[in-house]
Amino acid sequence: MASHGIRDRVAIVGMGCTPFGEHWDKSVDDLLIDAAGEATASAGVKIDDIDAFWLGTMASGVSGLTLSRPLKIDYKPVSRLENMCATGSESFRNACYAVASGAIDMAMAIGVEKLKDSGFSGLTMGPPPNDGTSATMTAPAMFSLLAPAYSHKYGVDENEMKDVLTRIAWKNHYNGARNPRAQFRKEVAKEVICNSPLIAGQLGIFDCSGVSDGSAAAILVRAEDAHRYCENPLYVKAVSFVAGPAAGPISPDYDYTTFTEVTRSAEDAYKQAGIDDPRAELAMAEVHDCFTPTELVLMEDLGFADRGTAWKEVLAGTFDLDGELAVNPDGGLKSFGHPIGASGLRMLFECWLQLRQEAPADRQIKSVTEGGRKLGLTHNLGGAPGECVSFVSVVGSEPSA
Amino acid sequence: MAGITAYNAYIPFFRLERTRIGEALGSLGGKGTRAVASYDEDATSMAVEAARPIAGQGGFDQLLFSTAAPPYLDKTNATAVHAALGLPEEVAAFDFGGAVRSGSGAMRAGVQMGSTLVVLSDVRTGLPGGADERDGGDGAVAFLFGDENVIAERIGGAAATAEFLDRWRIPGDPASRQWEERFGEVAYVPLAQAALTDALKKAGLTEVDHLIVTGVHPRAARRLGATVDDLSSVIGNTGTAHRGIVLADVLDRAEPGQTIAVLTLADGADCSILRTTDALASYQRKSTVREQIEAGNTGLDYPTFLTWRGQLHREPPRRPDPTAPSAPPSFRREHWKFGFTGSRCENCGTRHLPPARVCVKCQATDQMAPERLADVPGTIATFTIDRLAFSLSPPTVVAVVDFDGGGRFQCELTDVDPATVKIGNRVEMTFRKIFTSAGVHNYFWKARPQGRANVTEKPNQENV
Repeated sequence: MASHGIRDRVAIVGMGCTPFGEHWDKSVDDLLIDAAGEATASAGVKIDDIDAFWLGTMASGVSGLTLSRPLKIDYKPVSRLENMCATGSESFRNACYAVASGAIDMAMAIGVEKLKDSGFSGLTMGPPPNDGTSATMTAPAMFSLLAPAYSHKYGVDENEMKDVLTRIAWKNHYNGARNPRAQFRKEVAKEVICNSPLIAGQLGIFDCSGVSDGSAAAILVRAEDAHRYCENPLYVKAVSFVAGPAAGPISPDYDYTTFTEVTRSAEDAYKQAGIDDPRAELAMAEVHDCFTPTELVLMEDLGFADRGTAWKEVLAGTFDLDGELAVNPDGGLKSFGHPIGASGLRMLFECWLQLRQEAPADRQIKSVTEGGRKLGLTHNLGGAPGECVSFVSVVGSEPSA
Repeated sequence: MAGITAYNAYIPFFRLERTRIGEALGSLGGKGTRAVASYDEDATSMAVEAARPIAGQGGFDQLLFSTAAPPYLDKTNATAVHAALGLPEEVAAFDFGGAVRSGSGAMRAGVQMGSTLVVLSDVRTGLPGGADERDGGDGAVAFLFGDENVIAERIGGAAATAEFLDRWRIPGDPASRQWEERFGEVAYVPLAQAALTDALKKAGLTEVDHLIVTGVHPRAARRLGATVDDLSSVIGNTGTAHRGIVLADVLDRAEPGQTIAVLTLADGADCSILRTTDALASYQRKSTVREQIEAGNTGLDYPTFLTWRGQLHREPPRRPDPTAPSAPPSFRREHWKFGFTGSRCENCGTRHLPPARVCVKCQATDQMAPERLADVPGTIATFTIDRLAFSLSPPTVVAVVDFDGGGRFQCELTDVDPATVKIGNRVEMTFRKIFTSAGVHNYFWKARPQGRANVTEKPNQENV
């Protein structure tokens, strides 16, 4: 029993990603048609060429019909997946395995979410019928639990912590300002971020990711077929996914300064990809910055910083666009927006642009163009601290020697 | 005949200074304070808080719950109290509902039946600016009646019953109506005098050491010559619960061998004569009525009070309303939802909240023993203040609580000033009404600062 991985067996040969934002004029169908159309055009294929589809959406539709109906798919398998905020990544992972198995030649992984039609602020997932004993907590409140616990454990005072969180939001807005597809395309002054109205705990409005509509898609084929569609495909080095026992909220040993699920999925992914030192080997990482403390903790869980030091690295600019390891160069969930089902594929889309040196010049990462780094990581999680699902992928612009 | 073997009062944490009413409405607000049930309390939840320290594991035959503010009609409220106390199935539970006089009846029934837990609880409401709003109060009290270790025995009692229209309310109305005050005084005084005289005669006494007079007509009550402060200046008149709360206060201070008359004016009059026993001297209390009064928080403002009582409808956050709990899962998990009973792994000892079938530590399956943690204190591991979540009194404070002896649970904090919450703070559990949705009261447990008598807090009163 082991996770063997499918390193270099599957390649991405086309991608599409709609702008994320408040698409008052577009339906779920429109977003799917736009993302699928861009992805197929990018690979030079037609919908009919695709053998099977994996659609990720948390709550914008049920069943494969959500995709087959608008695209008028000609009687093909369409799976609909949901894995909370990691839904998009989950559609990608399953599509990868189908291609790697040899069962099909070409797959599409596509994710979509339409959040702005609900009329509510933030996410509004209704729970199944229950006994009413779960604490009513919004998503920002759940993730805000990380900040005081981290401060307490590592002796970071409240003001320092606020500076750290502000720095993360500032960086992601800086990056998003250079991304025409992002929901928020303005740099925001640190004072504005820091003084924004509080939502939960230490988190203000600017510590929260954008609630938005959007869709993203990828076309996958076996690696040996990739060059039939694409001169410079991306190779899938690792796909790892874990769901844990949800022990955090019931076990006093959990201290709210880490996501065990992330640590475990990262270990697996690095093993699959043959990575020893992620901070030195990766060119970029797209991580699940749903709220600023999440990104802080992820820097340690993903092995980019030693325990208790990520806050200093954040302040030092280690993860800036021109830093040692660019994190969320596209603006992340914070600035690009977070249409749940699409986000995991949106992260891959940034790898697609950056590793193939197609990102706009003002956000193209130098370690790719000048430093010879060829690997990108995407990380996607769903749930809450102590009880989440976590996905980590590594993709690269060259097959391993 | 049985006597009182244990008692405990519950005075909710918040007080409204009556001058705040006057300031807000430009009228005479009056002096002193009234006790206020928090936004997450009602007659049922306060009854649980009053009874918890004395209910133990049961050992009595029935629970009688009396209130003039029943959270449900047509459904017994005493069953929720029963479940929250973790009482065995064979203990019966009945409501004595609808009127302040029911409290006198429940006490009379308790003493005559014996082996009975009687809980009196009330939330007294009135229209803004009215006397009921100003002079009312919220609170609860519990008495255990039995034959052993009696601390006060009943040595006489009498009633005077009459039908007249002094105070009344159509079910569903937010406030009661009252006839002209002078009329009630004329009706009540002779009835009360008759009940008191008759009761003293039956007890073979001409006077008592403590004369308690309570009831729904303060002006008439003042004519009866009470020798005991009725606490109305500090907690208000707690209606159904009041005769019991004032009695509890007297029992807190009384000496063995003293006589107490409890005279209540409500649709007639009812009088009980008690004599304390030697056992009173060694009786152990969780906290006295005066201690709870001292610990009260007077920071409550009038708009918040009106909001809590449903008299001020404020803009909610742009979030969906909470979903009412579903009946089957609530029934399947009754011991958890109402009794805060988790489970302990018999293989490795790990506690689980809520109860689980598979152990999170050793994965042993179906090797769990139930364990009630309602009375186990804990420590805050981390917390947050949620300003977006739906609440009648935002912001919501949520804490991760690690219980002494193991086990962790994430729940709301109540009766707390958000600014004072810190990692490491000590908390204890309290039974509350989380919200009401679609006509269903969602009862469950929250945490509150431990040892309230030492706590000085401000209520949540931020705007949504």
